[in-house]
Amino acid sequence: MIFVGERINGGFKDIQKAIKEKDKSIIGRWAKIQTEAGADYLDVNMGALSNKLDDFVWMIETVQEVVSTPISIDSNKLSFIEKAIKLCHKSPLINSTTADKEKLDEIIPLAVESNASLIGLCMDKKGAPRDANKRVELGATLFSEAIEKGLPEDKLFLDPITMPLKFLQEQASSVLEAIRQFTLLSSPPPHIIIGLSNISSQTKEEELINRIFLVMCIEAGLDAAICDVTDEELVNSAITCELILNKQIYSDSFIKAYKESRKK
Amino acid sequence: MQIPDVKQKWPNPINEVTIGATKEEGGTRSHTITVGGANSLPFLYFEGELPHPPVIALEVWDVAPKDWPEELAKYFSDVWDDAGKWAKKCVDEFGADLVCLRLQGCDPDGENKGSDEAAAAVKKVLESVSAPLIIFGCGSDEKDNEVFPACSQAAAGERCLLGSITEDNYKTLVALCKADRHKLIAESPVDINIAKQVNILATDIGLAPEDIVIYPTTGALGYGIEYVYSIMERGRIAGLSGDKMWAMPILGDIGKEVWKVKEAKALQKEVPEWGDHTQRGPLWEAITATVYLQAGSDILIMRHPKAVAETKKYIESLTG
Repeated sequence: MIFVGERINGGFKDIQKAIKEKDKSIIGRWAKIQTEAGADYLDVNMGALSNKLDDFVWMIETVQEVVSTPISIDSNKLSFIEKAIKLCHKSPLINSTTADKEKLDEIIPLAVESNASLIGLCMDKKGAPRDANKRVELGATLFSEAIEKGLPEDKLFLDPITMPLKFLQEQASSVLEAIRQFTLLSSPPPHIIIGLSNISSQTKEEELINRIFLVMCIEAGLDAAICDVTDEELVNSAITCELILNKQIYSDSFIKAYKESRKK
Repeated sequence: MQIPDVKQKWPNPINEVTIGATKEEGGTRSHTITVGGANSLPFLYFEGELPHPPVIALEVWDVAPKDWPEELAKYFSDVWDDAGKWAKKCVDEFGADLVCLRLQGCDPDGENKGSDEAAAAVKKVLESVSAPLIIFGCGSDEKDNEVFPACSQAAAGERCLLGSITEDNYKTLVALCKADRHKLIAESPVDINIAKQVNILATDIGLAPEDIVIYPTTGALGYGIEYVYSIMERGRIAGLSGDKMWAMPILGDIGKEVWKVKEAKALQKEVPEWGDHTQRGPLWEAITATVYLQAGSDILIMRHPKAVAETKKYIESLTG
């Protein structure tokens, strides 16, 4: 399982404050906590507060001063992504691109050239998909464009787009269906990722819904998630799910073994 | 669309383990032996890096064996009263990469030798050969814990490979390995989960994963070999895929298992239809060895000189 820590995001009040006041300690603390919790990437997102490139650069540099965990560059602006890639000490994850041809023509070569991984969102100019078929169609477009332009399948993360359960309840099952279809694209398949917290947005049982949905997605073929990695129950559930699916070898201390193995 | 590359890419190489220490490294060996380091399945040179070919240790005892068949006795009976001479013959005449000293004389059901005698045997072997050393206990937990402190001390700094720890008995040997800078064999009863668990237990009390060699128990050809094979192969795949508690070199104790079975031991006059036992015995050992090499073994402990020669030839033919 590949965990992307979601917490360094301008949508959170403490991060907003940190950006505004250039307070390194808040960002550094979240970088450390998430890394210790087992994050494979740390997502860095400015939110709506700022649109200054300097702020984005400052955030990434602040994270890298504290930990060596690779960065997930969360921006839809090509110029920001280009600049951020140059700053990254380790091969980053670009989060993200839509499936529009003109965007792919620019961003895939950039990912290939800089040895970065790329999240492809199953949406386009026309907006978010409404059913499983549309998700699979856009996923297949992203996949074939990536392979044609030389981005190998293990560098591509397909995101079927998760919608809030509270408002679009029927979308969750079509996400699961799309994940199953993605696993058939190639052997081995590309990575499959979701932004997990969307599913439980504005509900009263966020953690429970996140946890159950993540486990169901893993069963369908998901192998990566942008989520709250500090939620220990969530992470342990994902590890146990992979164990039950025979993707990890059982031992009496399997959770411990999994976490230890991720430390380096 | 391009045709996808079918070569497997594995994210996690197997740990390298170095056995033996030269003078510069605080020991007295003329050279060291390194195993592991592979980032692909055995012998798939087109797919990944396999920096260290498998190695063979010949077995030496601290007591003259009573139950070795004539086919082995004819090579070793002139030296087996003296572990030093026996070891020298293995290295000089039969091309052993390592010597495996098995402290069979300490077996409480046998000669029940004490720790002083065991340590003396270790010293003797270290003095008479310059190859790196494996030291295997007699298999009785209690007795091994009693004799290993003296043996480990006698070989302090030599970076020997000591064996073995199990799920129920690991603390003494782990402490010794850390104190005297040795490496450890972690044994499990043909069980992929327990193999992992032993490693977790040992690393929990401070042993580095890089100091461990996995011994998942060996079965001779015809005696469960396919079961052990599948455990080893699956374990190796898990290790290459990222399971750090399986990303370790693997050891096979070949000779001990093969020379127990009737197909290797029985004389031609006893079972005429099985043919010449002087061919059959070593062949049984060599075939068993090649199977374990294909399953992922990095170190083989063997007995018959002809089987060793054949297995070496096989390794060379595949490593090129």
